[in-house]
Amino acid sequence: MGNVLSIVIQRLALGLLTLLVVSIVIFVAVNMLPGDFAELILGQGATPESVAKIRTDLGLDQPAVSRYLSWLGGMVTGDLGTSFAQLNFQTNLGGGGGVTVAEQIAPRFANTMFLAGVTAVIAVPIAVTLGILAALYRNTVFDRAANILTLSSISSPEFFMAYVLILFLAVLNPILPSLSNIYDGMALSDRLEKTLLPALTLTLVVTAHMMRMTRAAIINLLASPYIEMARLKGMSPLRVIVKHALPNALAPIINVIALNLAYLITGVVVVEVVFVYPGIGQLFVDSVKIRDIPVVQASTLIFAAAYILLNLTADILSILSNPRLRHPK
Amino acid sequence: MSTLLTIIAAFVVMGGIAWVLRLAGQKATNNAPQFRDMSFGVAFGYVLGVVVLAWLAWAFVQSRSSDIAVANKFFFFGVAIKGFIFFSIAAWLFRLFGRHVGTQWSRKTFRHMPLTASFGVLAILIYAIFAIFAGVIAPYGQDEIIQGVAANITPGGDPAMGGNPAFPLGTDQIGRDILSRLIFGAQNTVGIAFATTLLAFFIGGSLGFLAAVVGGWLDQLLSRAVDVLMAIPSLIFALLLMTIASVWSSRLGIPLTVFMVLIIAVIDSTRVFRLARAVGQNIVVMDYIEAAKLRGEGMWYLVFKEILPNATAPLLAEFGLRFCFVFLMIASLSFLGVGIQPPLADWGTMVRDLAAFIMFAQFAPLAATAPLLAAGAIALLTVAVNFVVDWMLHKTSGLKE
Repeated sequence: MGNVLSIVIQRLALGLLTLLVVSIVIFVAVNMLPGDFAELILGQGATPESVAKIRTDLGLDQPAVSRYLSWLGGMVTGDLGTSFAQLNFQTNLGGGGGVTVAEQIAPRFANTMFLAGVTAVIAVPIAVTLGILAALYRNTVFDRAANILTLSSISSPEFFMAYVLILFLAVLNPILPSLSNIYDGMALSDRLEKTLLPALTLTLVVTAHMMRMTRAAIINLLASPYIEMARLKGMSPLRVIVKHALPNALAPIINVIALNLAYLITGVVVVEVVFVYPGIGQLFVDSVKIRDIPVVQASTLIFAAAYILLNLTADILSILSNPRLRHPK
Repeated sequence: MSTLLTIIAAFVVMGGIAWVLRLAGQKATNNAPQFRDMSFGVAFGYVLGVVVLAWLAWAFVQSRSSDIAVANKFFFFGVAIKGFIFFSIAAWLFRLFGRHVGTQWSRKTFRHMPLTASFGVLAILIYAIFAIFAGVIAPYGQDEIIQGVAANITPGGDPAMGGNPAFPLGTDQIGRDILSRLIFGAQNTVGIAFATTLLAFFIGGSLGFLAAVVGGWLDQLLSRAVDVLMAIPSLIFALLLMTIASVWSSRLGIPLTVFMVLIIAVIDSTRVFRLARAVGQNIVVMDYIEAAKLRGEGMWYLVFKEILPNATAPLLAEFGLRFCFVFLMIASLSFLGVGIQPPLADWGTMVRDLAAFIMFAQFAPLAATAPLLAAGAIALLTVAVNFVVDWMLHKTSGLKE
């Protein structure tokens, strides 16, 4: 087991390194802005004095490296800075303090995780079951129909799916609410009901991909001699697939599930905007529109961190589930 | 909750019917092999298929009901069923046409083509025609606010329903013809996506082959850089860069759309780089490359005359997939309001602007068609490209099982 542990630690270190480099990329990208934050906050008609004042307030007069280090230090300790929009607002009202980015992001991040969690709970069992069924009834009408349907749903944009679901499940048959106005202290059942439509949209997008990969992973194995043997023993096709093929196809399936959960992270942005779901994706898009750089910067880093983490998990799980990778020669 | 229970109950009932039918078949035919060996899943599949077909037929009848409320409710099912039948017949006729007309090569290609792929080819051709001749086909300009005509005319062209025969798809919130904007959308959205994909392939492909041929530190440098760029989710990274680009574009006076093309091309070229490098590395070890190197050929010759022709098949399939990704990303960015900027007509922006009309579907289904048409135009093209790519991959991989 010591071997496994060292591989896992190696991967974790690699992931951490990637995250560090990504943070540098984000910082450099933001520093490619013309002028600097101070001019951006104050706009065109700013006096040189006020620009200089904000510049010292935000520490913009220091060299880039030390600014990067303090930004990174803030990120690690949970101090994500102050959002521009909130800064302006507070200054205009003459108030002190200001809402920090962390305060803005934290509740929304929890909401997004809730949405992703609900989606995963619905999508993963459906996808794996349908994938097994498609492999079992391969090359039948069911398989063909599933192929066409999944290919269509993979290639449709998320907002198309979202609006079609709204049309049928919220407008024509008022079963579910089309707006996900979630707030703190909501009962779990209400919350679930409001989350269901965005979660279903994401499910449609993600399930199709996972199902296709499950089917492909199982079918890849069906030509193996041990499957032939199981068939010759007179096992039923379902038993052959579930007992013999599935355990060996587990590594690619787990991998694709983790990758799709990583994909959820980006898919969530568009879906949250459609359903006005108060998650981090919506905050991100709003901040992009008003050029609220600190929020954009922090959200990008959070999205990237989640993405890297899930990819890392996929990597580690596929090593753990494959003895040949677990004991490299 | 009750909906869920109904669905579960329906499945249980269908399972029961399937079991009874199989048993009845076994008894009636005295255990004929097709009933004796039928698994429960297959029997259930037959019942499910019949139920779905019957329900679709029922929904189609409902959509033609004389009761307005019922007809409105099933309007979209009716349209979808009609559209499906129409497209199937069109794809079938197109394949028939292709099998008898054209060169020997094209006839042979069409002979082995599944219906989905011929639908894909047909749809891509139609989109291409609309994109190239948009200016000729469209009745009005893309940003032309038609004088003396009200805004928000409903589609359908029926004056009794708030339509206008001169505008078959109605007008939008400030009085522009939606049909013209849809047609120009083909030119803008598809054209920009196509140009972006070409650029991404040029950057990613040449760097990938270069990395494969040169190897060593250049390969390491490029590969690690690509690893880092791919660690950031592409839509998120694009949004971050678009924020910065929006400041630059207002400062420099260059349209934001130009920045968008560059940003998406660079982000997407990382994926192309990976494939080009992998394919290139497999080709570089071939004997004919060795021979070319011994002949003293230069790098340019190696990449474009030796490697590129042998990497065409996988790159072509990848081009289709990349195009879909780029196209969806541009549509998503436009939908979020940071992509293609007005006055250019594009489908993502149209969906966002007209989305509110979906809420009227219960009373005026025609009003809800405009945003769905724009979103459907995006979906249809990506589905078509995916069908063609799927078929190409299937053909080249020789997967027949």
